Amino acid sequence: MDSNLRREIILDNYQNPMNKGLVDDDSYIKIKVNSDNCIDNLDFIIKVSDDKIVDIRFDGEACAISTSATSIMIRSLIGRRIEEVRTILINYKKMINEEAYDSDVLGELNVYDEICKQPNRKSCALIPSKAVEKLLEVLDNEN
Amino acid sequence: MHREDFLMLDSDIVYFDNGATTLKPKCVVEAMDKYYTVHTSNIHRGDYDAAIVTNRLYDETRDIVKEFINCNNSSEVVFTSGATMSINMVVFGYMKKHLKKDDEVLLTKSEHASNVLPWMKLSEEIGIVIKYIDLDDDYSFTVENVRKSISDKTKVISIAHVTNVIGDVRDIYTIGKICREKNILFCVDGAQSVPHMKVDFKAANIDFLSFSGHKMLGPTGVGVLVGREELLNDMEPLFYGGGMNSYFEADNSYELKKTPTKFEAGTPPIAEVIGLGEAIKYLMKIGMDKVHQYEKELKKYLISELEKIPNLILYNKNSDCGILAFNIEGVFAQETSIYLNHYHICVRAGNHCTKMLKDNLGVKNTVRVSMYLYNNKDDIDRLIDVLKNSKDIFKVVL
Repeated sequence: MDSNLRREIILDNYQNPMNKGLVDDDSYIKIKVNSDNCIDNLDFIIKVSDDKIVDIRFDGEACAISTSATSIMIRSLIGRRIEEVRTILINYKKMINEEAYDSDVLGELNVYDEICKQPNRKSCALIPSKAVEKLLEVLDNEN
Repeated sequence: MHREDFLMLDSDIVYFDNGATTLKPKCVVEAMDKYYTVHTSNIHRGDYDAAIVTNRLYDETRDIVKEFINCNNSSEVVFTSGATMSINMVVFGYMKKHLKKDDEVLLTKSEHASNVLPWMKLSEEIGIVIKYIDLDDDYSFTVENVRKSISDKTKVISIAHVTNVIGDVRDIYTIGKICREKNILFCVDGAQSVPHMKVDFKAANIDFLSFSGHKMLGPTGVGVLVGREELLNDMEPLFYGGGMNSYFEADNSYELKKTPTKFEAGTPPIAEVIGLGEAIKYLMKIGMDKVHQYEKELKKYLISELEKIPNLILYNKNSDCGILAFNIEGVFAQETSIYLNHYHICVRAGNHCTKMLKDNLGVKNTVRVSMYLYNNKDDIDRLIDVLKNSKDIFKVVL
């Protein structure tokens, strides 16, 4: 991907992130995510209905990479069935961790395919996937 | 000053992360190297030449610390793994034994995690009540705020001498006097002050003083707890084992050694203690008043230059030390630190372990520049040049 386009997508999602701001609604599952390096700190709320992600919202202070990755991840997951979410999550994590992955399922999330060049930012890119992982744990425990 | 003593500065870096840890002068590294290559041995148990040398250097460091912070005698100096361990020893070794339910402990919201969480845990365990001294608009507090916060139930005041984000220098000498008059125990976290200015244990009426070696040119893994001897004598060790006992028998009887040895179970960080001794000797040779004065001048220059850049928010212009917290308007602190790293300028972004300060500061994360004696105006000029051109920050960091 052209580096200017990559930067433009990341910056646009950082400065105008999708679904930033929480709502007070008990039908959402609440999830907190912190980065291991102690600076990114985001709260997520996720609504699941009929085995599909209906809505995801988030709030908190985080860097350009974790905020934009969260925004793009939210756009990629809303409307997806849980099995599709699992597939996206697995491939996204493989991409960040420099393992073989299927780029076809990741869509716009492919903008982070070179984040491994900045090792200290991998944990930032993994913030939204940590939230989704926690969600899947909650759903698995419910079943 | 003395840049030639710090090998890290031979590489093309500006090191402004001294609040986190400092660089080490050659004399510290050489003293530790010598322990590992010439006189490796354990302490207190050997009769051979190398052990005698090691013993002498280890014990001398206690005398050096005593002279450096002016406590009553060397037995008031306990070696720990760092300020965090020192404070935990005070809270769980002394306070747990002497405080009771509803006793009040005064802290501030700008304390480092290491001077908050142990107290929270103790509150959970025995029901002490933690109260916070009010901070003023500039995030510092006056002696009057302290007086207002004291009640009949106040048993302890535990504060940093200099805080690690705002860098405000608290008047420990007046606060210590108030504590002594009112029979309140006075605990001082000296992690950010002892490396940078003269701290007088006796004159400030301190009961327990904690600090770390690695923030004052010394090695990691070693720190100090200085406590008034009568209090240390009445403090329980947190660790039991070799070196700290006089005897133990099969009928469960045992006797511990005297202060400070009873607090140093097992093999201590010998090389680190020797390195710390060298670091303190190095600082004393320069003179702590000179170090503090020099850092204040650097801070003044830093502020005067930063104020010329329009899009910066400076949080603690007035604090009397080499620490400055700032943000570029609209830019997350971590982006700024990654940007500065691109130009080999080392700073720290984050909440700096003061997670409660956000209530007052209105922002969780800041970029912190923390200076030390080897920084100079050229370092500041490099930072200023890079910050002046920060409009392209995202082209650099993304």
